[in-house]
Amino acid sequence: MTANEHSLHERPFPDRALVVIQPSKSTTLDFAELWQYRELLYFLTWRDVKVRYKQTALGAAWAILQPLFMMGIFTLFFGRLAGFDTGGVPYPLFALAGLVPWTFFANAISMSGNSMVGSTHLISKVYFPRILIPAGAIAACLVDLGLSALVLAAALALYHVAPTTHLLMLPFLVLLTSTLAFGVGAWLSALNVKYRDVRFLLPFLIQLWFFASCVIVPSNALPAKWRGFIMLNPMTGVIEAYRSSLFGLPFHWASLGFATLVTIGVLIYSTYAFRRMEKHFADMI
Amino acid sequence: MPPSVRVQNLGKQYTIGGTDSAYSTLRDALVEVTKAPLSRFKRNGASAKAEKIFWALRDITFDVEQGEILGVIGRNGAGKSTLLKVLSRITEPTTGRVELYGRVGSLLEVGTGFHPELTGRENIRLNGAILGMRRDEIEKKFDEIVAFAEIEKFLDTPVKRYSSGMYVRLAFAVAAHLESEILIVDEVLAVGDTQFQKKCLGKMGDVARDGRTVLVVSHNLGVVGALCTKAIYLADGMLRAEGPPDEIINCYLSETLENKVHDLERLRFSGMGKQVRFLDLSMANTENNVDYGEPLEFVLTIQSDADLQALTIGSTIFNMTGTSIGSLITREEFSIAAGEQLVLRLRVSNLPLAPGSYYCGFSIGSGGRLAVRSDLDALIGAPTFQVLPISTNDEDDPLINWHRGWGNIVFNETCLTVEKPHLDHANK
Repeated sequence: MTANEHSLHERPFPDRALVVIQPSKSTTLDFAELWQYRELLYFLTWRDVKVRYKQTALGAAWAILQPLFMMGIFTLFFGRLAGFDTGGVPYPLFALAGLVPWTFFANAISMSGNSMVGSTHLISKVYFPRILIPAGAIAACLVDLGLSALVLAAALALYHVAPTTHLLMLPFLVLLTSTLAFGVGAWLSALNVKYRDVRFLLPFLIQLWFFASCVIVPSNALPAKWRGFIMLNPMTGVIEAYRSSLFGLPFHWASLGFATLVTIGVLIYSTYAFRRMEKHFADMI
Repeated sequence: MPPSVRVQNLGKQYTIGGTDSAYSTLRDALVEVTKAPLSRFKRNGASAKAEKIFWALRDITFDVEQGEILGVIGRNGAGKSTLLKVLSRITEPTTGRVELYGRVGSLLEVGTGFHPELTGRENIRLNGAILGMRRDEIEKKFDEIVAFAEIEKFLDTPVKRYSSGMYVRLAFAVAAHLESEILIVDEVLAVGDTQFQKKCLGKMGDVARDGRTVLVVSHNLGVVGALCTKAIYLADGMLRAEGPPDEIINCYLSETLENKVHDLERLRFSGMGKQVRFLDLSMANTENNVDYGEPLEFVLTIQSDADLQALTIGSTIFNMTGTSIGSLITREEFSIAAGEQLVLRLRVSNLPLAPGSYYCGFSIGSGGRLAVRSDLDALIGAPTFQVLPISTNDEDDPLINWHRGWGNIVFNETCLTVEKPHLDHANK
């Protein structure tokens, strides 16, 4: 016990990093620590990207094929059926422009939502900021988005759609989509640790969200009384903004602003909830 | 020398059977809320919940100085793993405080985060990052890691195709090259072949000589004795003893012996001891300390529910790493009547067991020595005894410094002769 007494007086190794472990109440993110672990985020992302298409015959081509297949299906069913007002954009292109960001968003939520439970072996054996796990899953999906964006670019060229200054909004939209996916995914991943029901609910949630996001149907095709309601979904505004950006159509600033606010709110709540649950991960998982 | 690890009043509480211990389903949570909406608030009160609270660690205080290798020993469930988990920041303590001065590398499992689909090369980078190495640090040490693991040829093979030995070697190699001031290790030495284990032990010794601090949890008392400079003994989540490894190991072994009657049930093989069983296993040697060369004298108390003839006693002695050193089956046979209790004395002489700690396994068998003997009762783990490096014979001096790496048997009757080569042979 005597050896412990001088802890009151001075720090023995002033030049060394000091790690203090004690019961904490903090529910905010430690950004300095996250910065310290930035390389781990890179490696987790790199691992997810490397492993995802291992032992698949087509490899990374799946990132391209997923939205293409869906575009094919929806063009077949909706393309002729109803004459949607797509602002003069051919339906296949219209659908693809919605499906590429949507596929990213859906995969990102699903991957990050299941990421914590899938990393049991890490969580129970080694320390690092847990938030990196869902964050890495999102980042790995961004790589896929990059690939499928090539297809989209090719399709735009094929239909002779010239780029406009509206394209400058694209980076912001990708950031917004990623942040929203991260917010939702991180929260779900923490919830998943405690309630494994999340894993089963997730596909339905994503399916439902898909239909509520006007991915394949323009929002103006909906009955007016629904439109206000559907705009409560931030993804509706975001998907429409992607189209505006790609096709040079006017932006709907109000819905985009609303989506941004919702995203920030989701992000704040989700990191708080994640940090609150994080302490018990190792004991529960 | 100031401490580089300081643990003060550390406690960790778990709630057994509560919602914290196992993952629950959403339905359970909903049912609970609808059934008793107020229970959430009541939970804080000191109600019947108290019995479900379990302290895995309680009021643990100790320091580890720089350059020390601290061994943590204790039985299963004594809190060793929980202590390492708290020190590695995997789980938060409920009370107390820990100060760690320097970078902490923890190795609670060999190959944490290894991905079977990735190659050896890729896994070195990934695992290094997970353990907290910087990228330039990994690249700098890359060749050293590969050489240490001896996997040069398989560097670009997915690790799922590795043999378990290769896998473990690679995993330990990465961890061993982690440049942290404090290294926390759990039981990793239980895996891998003996040669590699030795290499790992050497590496850990080097780490400490570099002025870094090592904390190691081990069931292998031999490793703790050979490697550590200090040991702590945990029992029921509390710090029972702290001091030089040999003293602490002795304390641990003697306490393990104390509650022997209670323990026999735990040591018994399942399904054994139905007709006839050991009631007590002890030794006539004082405090289970045996001087080198002194005969071992076991006192076995057995009881039977049936009339049995032609019984024999079998015994195996194990060293502390769990390796059996040797066995016997008694030549003498005995009988027992239903309801009878017998005390048997078994003497084993001329056993050149090297100084160290050992434990025994005993069985009662029927069917005679040569016929097919079948066990009626069998248990492993008691009694535990120590061979002390004291000998009546002055010539046995290497005993004093007997190294664990030399094994458990002292070859006594040896003979060395010197022969000079023939001269005509040398001239050719």
